[in-house]
Amino acid sequence: MARHVIAPVDELPPGSRKFFEIDGRPIAVFNVKGEFFGLLNRCPHQGAALCEGPLIGLASSSDPGEIEYTKLGEILRCPWHGWEFDIRTGQSYCDPRRFRVRAYPVSVEPGTNVVKGPYVAETIKVAVESDYVVVDL
Amino acid sequence: MNIQVRERPEAAASTGIKTAIADCDIHPARATKDELHPYLAKRWHSHLETFGVHAYQGMMEGPPYPKAQPNASRRDAYPPEGGPQGSSLSFMQKQHLDPNNVALGVLNPLNTGQGIRNQDLAGAICSAINDWQIEKWTSKDLRLKGSVVVANEDGVSAAAEIRKRAGDTNFVQVLLLSRNVEPLGQRRYWPIYEAAQEAGLPIGVHAFGFGGNPITASGWPSYYIEEMVGHSQCQQTALASLVLEGVFERFPRLKMVMVEAGFGWAPSLAWRLDKVFARLHAEVPHLKRKPSEYIRDHIWWTTQPVEDPESRDHLFQTIEWIGWDRLLFATDYPHWDYDEPSRVLPAGVSDANRQAFYLDNAKQLYGVA
Ligand code: FES
Repeated sequence: MARHVIAPVDELPPGSRKFFEIDGRPIAVFNVKGEFFGLLNRCPHQGAALCEGPLIGLASSSDPGEIEYTKLGEILRCPWHGWEFDIRTGQSYCDPRRFRVRAYPVSVEPGTNVVKGPYVAETIKVAVESDYVVVDL
Repeated sequence: MNIQVRERPEAAASTGIKTAIADCDIHPARATKDELHPYLAKRWHSHLETFGVHAYQGMMEGPPYPKAQPNASRRDAYPPEGGPQGSSLSFMQKQHLDPNNVALGVLNPLNTGQGIRNQDLAGAICSAINDWQIEKWTSKDLRLKGSVVVANEDGVSAAAEIRKRAGDTNFVQVLLLSRNVEPLGQRRYWPIYEAAQEAGLPIGVHAFGFGGNPITASGWPSYYIEEMVGHSQCQQTALASLVLEGVFERFPRLKMVMVEAGFGWAPSLAWRLDKVFARLHAEVPHLKRKPSEYIRDHIWWTTQPVEDPESRDHLFQTIEWIGWDRLLFATDYPHWDYDEPSRVLPAGVSDANRQAFYLDNAKQLYGVA
């Protein structure tokens, strides 16, 4: 398991997402209202670039006619067949037992830590005074 | 270690299909509203401007149901140069034809002149779409073959358009839709079958249509999900009509392809028809054989959608009834319910059946080397 420094925090403002290839794996990192999430960019259903889909909420219903809309901005909808995944955990809503997309922990680390290591950051210039987005692989 | 960053991911490409495939349902789109103008008489430019297009349906703009994704298409299929999904040949090549090893791609343009109430306009637009298919698609990429679209509610003009395209190797089939003003076996459509048989072109019957009738036989449903499953019900009534009106008796060399309506229902429809036919033969004495025999002899089926039973044995049993030689692989690119070639068949299919399914059946039916 390695920790990869992928970008300075201001390159991933809230509401944005970026696509990376880290150790040969396609990974997308999202900033949802200041929280960061990482997912493998491949849908477990038929292999679409999942993370190109829109972030929506979760419509659920306890009884016909009663609809609750929760988790706004936390549900990723596949650009192909629309399967829904929880961006926090990678859990699928249509078949949670069989399908899940790999989720990677993403954190923000101060430059002071990043300079110390044990981080991999070959393509990013690291300075002590900024914060960095880090993906655990 | 090297981190590569991309603004957008590369279009997801198949990795699992090594051998060449045929894709028997590809939907090309127009990049702009005016893209057909070069193929339409000037008279129609101003007509369209002034009067617009009126289909046999209540909704003047857009489809009768909301679609799951924009333009009912994959969100990752927007061409980089702009325009709707399916409107750029170069992007279609890069995203679909090349990586998926498509050796033969059959174009089924939807939203054409089919089902326009002004029959002269319908005929003009259909003919323009056919010219446009040649110029924009089939002459630029020889893997692609067109479908002759016709003003289906006007059998005479439709037959003339088919005769005009007969022998043109840019086209491999005639395209009809399943939802028409009347069930497809009725006599107003016979000139189409006559011309297609004469031209040696199979008829593709694609799900959808603009006949003005609701998708279900019990009225307009509430949800898009009901429209999605309604297509197979609609296709069943179209097929029953074709069989029972004696279309295959009258046009014995006619071949038909049921496009995008599933195929899991085929055996049960045939069983039901055979059962009532035994009792009601006197009503349809023009039929010389059992309904199931016409279906087996005259009908091919495209995949997408493939029914998805829990047990793959159920799927295989259904296919065995239909025949591995009758299925034509299709992705429905760029539409949102697209099937990825490498994931469409469960494991356990013999090499010979795979080869027939992915390529050979289509080549043979469409007469493409
Ligand atoms: S590939 Fe993602 S839902 Fe089908």
